[in-house]
Amino acid sequence: MRVKAREILIGLSAALLLALVLSPFASSSPDGLEKVAERQGFLAKGEGEPALKAPVPDYAWPGVADEGRATRIAGVVGTLVTFAAAWGVAALIRRV
Amino acid sequence: MHIPDGFLAAPVWAPLWAAAAAGLAGCVRSVQRSLSDRAVPLMGVMAAFIFAAQMLNFPVAGGTSGHLLGGVLAAVLLGPWAGALVIAVVLVVQCLLFQDGGLTALGANIVNMSFVGSACGYWIYAAVRTATSGKTLVAAAAAAWCSVVLASAACAVELALSGTVPLRTALPAMVAVHALIGVGEAAITCLVVASVLKVRPDLVPGKAGCA
Repeated sequence: MRVKAREILIGLSAALLLALVLSPFASSSPDGLEKVAERQGFLAKGEGEPALKAPVPDYAWPGVADEGRATRIAGVVGTLVTFAAAWGVAALIRRV
Repeated sequence: MHIPDGFLAAPVWAPLWAAAAAGLAGCVRSVQRSLSDRAVPLMGVMAAFIFAAQMLNFPVAGGTSGHLLGGVLAAVLLGPWAGALVIAVVLVVQCLLFQDGGLTALGANIVNMSFVGSACGYWIYAAVRTATSGKTLVAAAAAAWCSVVLASAACAVELALSGTVPLRTALPAMVAVHALIGVGEAAITCLVVASVLKVRPDLVPGKAGCA
């Protein structure tokens, strides 16, 4: 039943590959909520100052001119951070 | 359907923050009792995979895009509580690092996508699975579609309560577009669960609730 280290690596690699290879090809059309907001005229309500300025807005690594590369870097970093965060949360829950 | 700052009024987002916090505390307690050792690294992998997959917007009709929410996918493999926690971790990272979903709306987004999308999605999965005498993929697909539509309905109700848009226009609009996006959710969920069933069938729990 145990998950082997190799299998964890395979799973993480699959996620990293998605972020590295496919992320620049994602559709840039508005998502469902944005589209509804646009059509019903409340999109502007969400375009004010955000409550918190995030370091990597819109999945584009700052200072990287190439748009695709900026997205790839953001994707890979985000995937690794999420992996570590979820593992950490789970390990913490198991311990206490 | 990550809600940004500004769409929700304070009397709506503040209680949803409280609900999210209380719900997550409940998830932690349930997970403490049921989480096996193997599920700890698996939660990391699941969260990483869902984060990456959520970046991959696919086009649907009319110049709109959608992406996997992953709630049912996580819950099928980890159970409803660990599944909801995984989605919450993804949402927190997206909010704090990438400004995807507003900080004020984080509670609402957790309620919609973790609790409605993952935990409720799991119950639909379990019910359909029982009704079809164990057809895992059919149940996962049906639950995945329902979870996206239900989460979008919850989002519409929150927008309406905030006075942002009337419910009679928000609800049909949100449900209609997410009925399409849900087809993508069902397809991707099915594909990933089928792949896992092929290589590690023991990772898909046979009985409801065991993570």
